Amino acid sequence: MGECDHIRLEDVSMAFGRREVFTGLNSCFPRGQISVILGGSGSGKSTVLKIIGGLVRPHSGQVWVDEENITQLKERQLYQVRRRIGMMFQGGALLDSLTVFENLAFPVREHTKLGEDEIASRVRRCLEAVGLNDVEDLLPGQLSGGMTKRVALGRALMMEPVILLCDEPFSGLDPISIRRIEQLLMRINEEFSITIVVVSHHIPSTLRMAEQVLLMLPGATVAGSPKELLAHDDDRVRGFLHEDFGGDPDLQVESIEGSHGEKNWSRSW
Amino acid sequence: MVNAIQELGAKTTRFIEELGRIAVFTWLIVRAVFRPPPRIRPFIDEVFKVGVMSLVIICVSGVAVGAVLGLQGYNTLVRFGATESLGAAVGLVLFRELGPVLTALLFIGRAGSSTTAEIGTMVATEQLDGLRMMAVDPIHYVITPKALAMLFVMPLLSSLFILFGLGGGYLVGAQLMGVDPGSYISSLQNAIVFKDDILSSLIKALTFGCMVGVISTFEGYSSAPTSSGVSRATTASVVVGSVSVLIVDYLLTALMGV
Repeated sequence: MGECDHIRLEDVSMAFGRREVFTGLNSCFPRGQISVILGGSGSGKSTVLKIIGGLVRPHSGQVWVDEENITQLKERQLYQVRRRIGMMFQGGALLDSLTVFENLAFPVREHTKLGEDEIASRVRRCLEAVGLNDVEDLLPGQLSGGMTKRVALGRALMMEPVILLCDEPFSGLDPISIRRIEQLLMRINEEFSITIVVVSHHIPSTLRMAEQVLLMLPGATVAGSPKELLAHDDDRVRGFLHEDFGGDPDLQVESIEGSHGEKNWSRSW
Repeated sequence: MVNAIQELGAKTTRFIEELGRIAVFTWLIVRAVFRPPPRIRPFIDEVFKVGVMSLVIICVSGVAVGAVLGLQGYNTLVRFGATESLGAAVGLVLFRELGPVLTALLFIGRAGSSTTAEIGTMVATEQLDGLRMMAVDPIHYVITPKALAMLFVMPLLSSLFILFGLGGGYLVGAQLMGVDPGSYISSLQNAIVFKDDILSSLIKALTFGCMVGVISTFEGYSSAPTSSGVSRATTASVVVGSVSVLIVDYLLTALMGV
């Protein structure tokens, strides 16, 4: 495992029943960077995220997370690894019988001996970090889609993880909410140097925030920086990334350059 | 013919596999009961949800069943001039069979199905995966309090069902059909024996509570993460639970020899 690789997948294969999802997947996600996994529906993007979190065991191969081969670990040992990982699920996965406050406080109450005052202040800090106020007493069913995703992100940050996994954080959101969550992820990455792995379909956000992209195509995976992928030899790679811009590569380069400026702005914010 | 045999073999194998999975699941629950921290608040919440919220249906059904037993019992006993034994007849039927069995069937419909649907929805909305990612075992936090609450409330609900059933039988027999109230009570007192009737009734109720707790949580936990998966799991929970209760009731009755 290279020093810069926080997460590494070595020759990982996965199948559900007779349906092969991917075979021989090799990839690494650098420490302290934002990596985005792209790919068509059913290409196994979310499965990769679940494999990294230990929720799904691959059929073969090794998965190294924070210098531990998690494919060798028992469920109880995996819990130790997961304490260092925060995960934002596509639908939020908030416990619907608990209020927003209780949802955020839950992992801290489970794993620490912090007093209620300290827990409350940590909950408020996390809610502020994701730009939410006055929602502590609401139940998950009373939140909008964007708010649910932000609460889920807040909960994922409660245990101060070193790795943050985000499954489709932009799906079903309006452009303003997408930009807000995108900026939040970039700010969290810069402030806390957390390794962030995002599964997404959203090409513009990917080009703005990703430092590395893993593109999962049928029968092949391609990894590199957004610029490298935009200039890739394979037509399918360029085609996938050009789709959202009507095939105009200049627009994409502008978008990537624009994102650097935005990153600086978001840091001060 | 060969196909039919193959299919029978495959079904038998699936059935045995399912039994094995239920056995492992039960073992995980038992192990979780003794693992700290104790989940007291979720347990109390569940006792309220599956116990207190089932009170009305259990009490009303108890009175209705007792009333029917009182009426049918009176109509039968009057032919033999033995209406003074109505209390014994109603009591024995309620304690030995109908109390625990009907309570279990009602409980499966009222609490078992909702428990399965709730857990199935948690699976479909990734709440259980969310717990795992927060390093919390869903068997320990979600499943065990629900299964334990069912085990805990079943004997209480069954006892209430029997009590209200005896009241229903008394209302119809003594108040409507004119059976002497003293005879009703004294025949009941004389007929009911602690070991044969009350204890066996409690053992049945505890066994059914354990079965309903395991089956309803297992079906929800192993449901497919889709709305149709939750629907199938809920149906399976009611069907498997009800049939199992009736079969085990026969086995327990035969074993206890009462």
